Amino acid sequence: MPDASWQPVIGLEIHIQLATASKIFSSAPTAYGAAPNSQASAVDIALPGVLPVINADVIRMAVRFGLAIDAEITPNSVFERKHYFYPDLPKGYQISQLALPIVTGGHLDVAAEDQTQRIGITRAHLEEDAGKSLHDAFDNATGIDLNRAGTPLIECVSQPDIRSAAQAAAYAKRLHTLVRYLGICDGNMAEGSFRIDANVSVRRGATDEFGTRTETKNVNSFRFLEQAINYEIERQIDVLESGGTITQETRLFDPDRGETRAMRSKEEAHDYRYFPDPDLLPVAITADDIEYERCRLPELPAAKAKRFERDYALATADANALTVNPETADYFETATAAAGDDPAALGRPTANWINGELASVLNREGLTIAEAPIRAGQLGGLVHRVADDTISGKIAKQVFDALVAGEGETADAIIEARGLKQITDTNEIAGYVDQVLAENPEQVEQYRAGKTKVVGYLVGQVMKASAGQANPKEVNQLIVDKIG
Amino acid sequence: MTLHNDDVRAIAALNRIRIEDRDVEATAVALSGIFGLFDALAQVDTTDVKPMAHPLDLVARLRPDRAEPVTQSGTYQTLAPDADDGLYRVPKVIG
Amino acid sequence: MSQPETIADIVSGHIASPDTAKERIQACHAKIERSQSQLNALISQDHSASNNANGGSLSGLPILHKDLFCTDGQATTAGSRMLANFVAPYDATVVSRLAKAGAVSLGKANMDEFAMGSSNETSYFGAVANPWDTSCVPGGSSGGSAAAVAAGLVPAATGTDTGGSIRQPAALCGVTGIKPTYGRVSRFGMIAFASSLDQAGCFARSAADCAPVLGAMAGFDPNDSTVADQPVPNYPAALTGDINGLTIGLPRQYFDAEVEAETARAIQTAIREFEALGAQVVDVDMPHTDLALSTYYIIAPAEASSNLARYDGVRYGHRCENPTDLTDLYERSRAEGFGREVQRRILTGAYVLSAGYYDAYYRKAQRTRRLIANDFQQAFESVDLLATPATPGPAFKLGSQIDNPTTMYANDVFTLPASLAGVPAMSVPAGFAGHLPVGLQLIGPWFEESRLLNAGHAFQQATDWHTRQPPGFE
Repeated sequence: MPDASWQPVIGLEIHIQLATASKIFSSAPTAYGAAPNSQASAVDIALPGVLPVINADVIRMAVRFGLAIDAEITPNSVFERKHYFYPDLPKGYQISQLALPIVTGGHLDVAAEDQTQRIGITRAHLEEDAGKSLHDAFDNATGIDLNRAGTPLIECVSQPDIRSAAQAAAYAKRLHTLVRYLGICDGNMAEGSFRIDANVSVRRGATDEFGTRTETKNVNSFRFLEQAINYEIERQIDVLESGGTITQETRLFDPDRGETRAMRSKEEAHDYRYFPDPDLLPVAITADDIEYERCRLPELPAAKAKRFERDYALATADANALTVNPETADYFETATAAAGDDPAALGRPTANWINGELASVLNREGLTIAEAPIRAGQLGGLVHRVADDTISGKIAKQVFDALVAGEGETADAIIEARGLKQITDTNEIAGYVDQVLAENPEQVEQYRAGKTKVVGYLVGQVMKASAGQANPKEVNQLIVDKIG
Repeated sequence: MTLHNDDVRAIAALNRIRIEDRDVEATAVALSGIFGLFDALAQVDTTDVKPMAHPLDLVARLRPDRAEPVTQSGTYQTLAPDADDGLYRVPKVIG
Repeated sequence: MSQPETIADIVSGHIASPDTAKERIQACHAKIERSQSQLNALISQDHSASNNANGGSLSGLPILHKDLFCTDGQATTAGSRMLANFVAPYDATVVSRLAKAGAVSLGKANMDEFAMGSSNETSYFGAVANPWDTSCVPGGSSGGSAAAVAAGLVPAATGTDTGGSIRQPAALCGVTGIKPTYGRVSRFGMIAFASSLDQAGCFARSAADCAPVLGAMAGFDPNDSTVADQPVPNYPAALTGDINGLTIGLPRQYFDAEVEAETARAIQTAIREFEALGAQVVDVDMPHTDLALSTYYIIAPAEASSNLARYDGVRYGHRCENPTDLTDLYERSRAEGFGREVQRRILTGAYVLSAGYYDAYYRKAQRTRRLIANDFQQAFESVDLLATPATPGPAFKLGSQIDNPTTMYANDVFTLPASLAGVPAMSVPAGFAGHLPVGLQLIGPWFEESRLLNAGHAFQQATDWHTRQPPGFE
């Protein structure tokens, strides 16, 4: 068993692919999945004589990102060249930022394991993505596809403030939510739009010097991130406890085995020879530019969750779940509005539908909220009919399933067509009650003897007899009146 | 500054230029001569001088985010010494 | 000896009678073909162009492009084995602008490999000979362009100048060559050597001939982030020939330097000519001039090592036979594709940028570069132009310096400072040292090409050095 006194120290570097139409330095499209090299322009393949020109939206997105993490925006940030040879890096250098990144010194508040912690963000800089090396494209050769070369990225570097895998995942999720809200990244992790590198080390006790760290590269899911970090923490502790030392190295996570392994180390030490790119001039960002972007910022997830708690009387966990991406939050607000004009009363049942039944349908079908088989307005209509006692909760589930199956356009239409309206005629209900009381003399006796809980059984029997259409509250009242 | 044979080998490897053993010495001598020119700079006091990265004191001009289709990718492929199936081919790289 | 026609005369002739353009183009092609074995001024000849007598400012004017400019569908080699078989799939902005103005490209001019050289001897396609003495170098790196104009193969040619690559060959070949302000002409499609220094310009017999060519090349280009967004003056209209009252500064440091005796005498005579034309000549101090050589030979190779990293034998260019692995592919392709001088500069440049040396060399050179630029800033507060020798001496013998890089680099000592500062500069023919031409360098403030051209024009109205033609090429 590892000694409990070991403390992990974790920092994340996250590559956020920006959702622009064209590349950072060329006008080639950024769309994913095109035929190899069909979206690599003369600039992207680095033909002799070509020059880069900066995409204005990339700068705007970086400013919005900086504002959203409470960071400083550098008034004159500089692009530099980072040199290394690799076939998917056409120029032999990557245009990136080193000394003067566009964003410095932000933070994100992250809730994990019952506490909220502020994670510092050292810097976020702009750079271009490389192409892809396809090692299985040919039997005895590697194929190079440069479609991705030049795609704009923000690399967001956290402070080593993270102390557990769960906290790391919570930070990464929070950042993922944020960039989706800002509309600067599609968040598609399977396509590589949001890639995480985890720097992990361990030390004895919270005040020691940091240990030697490893960097696990290109983790593309939050679950894998937790697995990779936990594996790495345990591996490092094992090594250290058995008297070994940690090698500073780059590692890869193998999801099939749930472990990290060292990448083949390069023969030589890296010497990237950064210097300011003479083809590009400093990017001037004025206070006015920053104000302009600040005004265009959408409501951010933390603020939105707070507002949901307040205006819709939601529990914190529900509010957080609903604000995980802007689409879910919008869905919730549209549905609640369609349910009636009392958000404080209608918020919670709507949230329960979304986080409960709808979430399990989406999960089962592998759909996103945007692809939900039941529209927000339809769900709102259903909530409305439960709230005004037209149908019971139990019937509502039937109506929900029918809406999901596309068996009717609105809740009302399904209720009408199937005659699912609650029976509000007291006489008719009284008839069912009398019938049930007559058929269950034993339970009536038990009730009278003080076992009042048995009323639930009797209500159930009445509901059954009425095919679920009686109002259970009314039934309960009638029974108590009659036998109490 | 004098460059030694090992310096030449290291910087040539970093730049992916093969230098035959018989040429290393001569290259070291030539580079040492060039670096000799630079000694003059060390004497100059540049304490408060801002580095000049560019002859014009201008800032970047940005381009609107408009995508244009790549129409010449076929032509670009014909320039490649070895391309197949739309991909550039290089000797197998082990990940 | 016939007087060469001016470009203005040539163009108006073509507009009046387009067939004369066709005849002129054929005559130029014939001249080129006859000269090739003697001069080797071209890397490739292009017979495909029409006469292009389109009524533009350069209607039907035959020109050559330095082979550093990409020309769509034509071989573009940069004088290197690396690109010996490269066919550019697009036109450089300079190429398309000149074509639009009516110029007709007859081919690609020889040059030092990747524009690195001062003698045109580093070309993979062989050295170029100086038309005034074919045992001498034409200068470099735009040696083919300068030799072609001097030999009368074409009335004008494009060139590029990173540390003197237009002015030095112009001086050595006895033609006029102008390097405009950095940012005056788009670099898009011009194969990069050192991006913060490279600037396109042109050669012609006279300043008056350079004016319309430069005018057609210059101006804003959305494809080059470093080009100035400023209107281009009408250069030909600026040529009043009047320089009365102009103040010309003689930077003491250039005149204290070692200059070959006959060259120095020719320069002094030329300066007296300017005085005779009404200019006021004063001495100025540019104390950081002697830092230019080391500053330049740090910054230019640093940028070059980076710019030439793209030549890896993968997407285009030379690739070695049967590479055993990726490193072998890179190392042999680059060793075979690049010549010795290019390799030296790549290694030098990478070294000054590498960990542990960046501050002492690259960063330091960026600071001394500012000191040099400040010298110009201060000088231009009191003078309108500067005049200096363009080179320390006339053309030297082929083969005499090629094995000694530091001696070769010293040829650029008078042209480097203006490149580092980014100011416009021009070399005009100013006499002879023996049978070889001498060039006077005129340097102007940023974006004052009109003033430079007008001063050159005034001088050329009073002198006939620019009309002299090398024996055998009249």
